Amino acid sequence: MKFTLKIWRQNDAKSKGKFVTYKIDNISSDSSFLEMLDQLNQRLINNDDSISVPGCPVHYDHDCREGICGMCGLYINGRPHGPDKGVTTCQLHMRKFKDGATIVIEPWRAKAFPLIRDLVVDRTALDTIIQAGGYISVKTGSAMEANSTPVPKHLAEKAMDAAACIGCGACVAACPNGSAMLFVGAKVAHMAYLPQGKPEAMRRVQSMVKVMDDCGFGNCSNAYACEYECPKEISVTHIAKMNRDFLQANLMSEKEIA
Amino acid sequence: MYSKFVDTSFCIEKPIILLNITKYILLTNKRVLPMANTLLKMSSLSRKVFMALAGTFLLVFLLVHLGINLFLLRNDGGEWFNLAAGFMSTNYLVKVFEIFLLAAFLIHILIGIILKLQNWRSRPKGYAVTGKTPTSFFSRYMIWTGLTILTALIIHFIDFYFVKMGLIEVPAGAADKHDFYAMAVMKFSDMTYVIVYYVWLLVLGLHLYHAFQSVFQTFGFNHNKYTPGLKRCAAVYAVVVTLGFMVIPTYFQFFFQS
Ligand code: HEM
Ligand code: FES
Repeated sequence: MKFTLKIWRQNDAKSKGKFVTYKIDNISSDSSFLEMLDQLNQRLINNDDSISVPGCPVHYDHDCREGICGMCGLYINGRPHGPDKGVTTCQLHMRKFKDGATIVIEPWRAKAFPLIRDLVVDRTALDTIIQAGGYISVKTGSAMEANSTPVPKHLAEKAMDAAACIGCGACVAACPNGSAMLFVGAKVAHMAYLPQGKPEAMRRVQSMVKVMDDCGFGNCSNAYACEYECPKEISVTHIAKMNRDFLQANLMSEKEIA
Repeated sequence: MYSKFVDTSFCIEKPIILLNITKYILLTNKRVLPMANTLLKMSSLSRKVFMALAGTFLLVFLLVHLGINLFLLRNDGGEWFNLAAGFMSTNYLVKVFEIFLLAAFLIHILIGIILKLQNWRSRPKGYAVTGKTPTSFFSRYMIWTGLTILTALIIHFIDFYFVKMGLIEVPAGAADKHDFYAMAVMKFSDMTYVIVYYVWLLVLGLHLYHAFQSVFQTFGFNHNKYTPGLKRCAAVYAVVVTLGFMVIPTYFQFFFQS
């Protein structure tokens, strides 16, 4: 297959970026989006004749390449992780594009995600939010016998749905307001539903929301773009869960944080 | 809030009106600035809860307002309508309600503007390709529909509320400053006014459609079974309010004989 790629190139956070157009051919329809970019980079490194604009390889994030680590993340043709639904960029295949198509590739854009280089952004803010309370603060030892703490099935299901979040940041990238509500909602909810996470649920939601605000993410306006673009199809019902837990925490818990 | 100001406003010469309006703005400003500051420092989730509370109050108020306006349709020379309007401007309970109403508007508008400014700031550099994610269409335009409602509101205040307060001269044709029936009939006989009024109502309807469903999510209520039904309720509410208000000028344009 043949493609025209318009890729955002920017040397570092300070310099001015621009789109550079590359033509690429001889791409298998079975290759993933990242494999396609790998081939572009290989040709750039080899200074291949087929490359019209020579230069340094394109920087982009990736790690597991099997849709579980959350490292990859490109804004492809106006959508995080591209046109396919429920997949990460590494799981997106070139057969989802028309032969000869022009593909515009941009980095995640948000104030809380400063750009590092080309298509790589710094998503430390998401980790900072987790550090504020996205854990259970007692040492629980190694995994216990599964049946020693009974969990009703419907709660286990909900917690698992929320826990599917891989922290890629597509929700922030998709949100018209650059808000991280779906990420924080998922991280708050997957613990709040379970007996191990419940005791700290109120304190957790308060401190995580506070840090989320401090990181410079936008406010939720219930547009639900996040839910649509989430590669793990996490539902905005988890945002509702966070909203009501936060309300309850602020109205009823003894210690006020937010 | 404005009682001090009503005393000095029996005079209707132009300079005094200007002076009074300036004083009014200054008077409210003393409250507006600290209020905006408090709202600014609040956590993003709490802020939305206040916005939704104020918005819900406005949603209910609109129904009351619509109910009273529908009295205009009685061909009784405005007897019932003026009676209802008179009740609304003299009853002490309603006066308390009126203060809540003004506060609700103020809080709602302030938070709306703060939210939007923060949301714009949270994505300093935008995408080259946007709008490919199907999001709730109306949520993106809330600030614009909101600000349109605000301009309509100011004109509405000039036309009716300020007249009642004695700030603006009673238009010729009305018996006194409480003769809202005559004022309404005059406005609705003017084709230009009616067309503008229709447009405002359509914009209001768009705001209401998203608003109604949005409050539930903000308060943390999102349920597989009930939320789709609530969305339909939102549509019904928006249509009823919009069409309900539209019926009145239509009647005066085409069917009314005095
Ligand atoms: C009768 C008039 C109005 C009613 C009944 C109304 C009602 C509502 C309600 C219920 C919401 C949903 C709140 C939530 O998301 O939880 C809302 C949102 C909003 N309103 Fe209004 N509103 C009115 C006028 C205005 C005005 C004058 C403005 C001017 C700035 C405004 C700006 C906004 C904005 C920006 C939002 C979206 C908030 C967000 O992004 O989540 N509204 N409105
Ligand atoms: S590289 Fe791990 S999710 Fe895509």
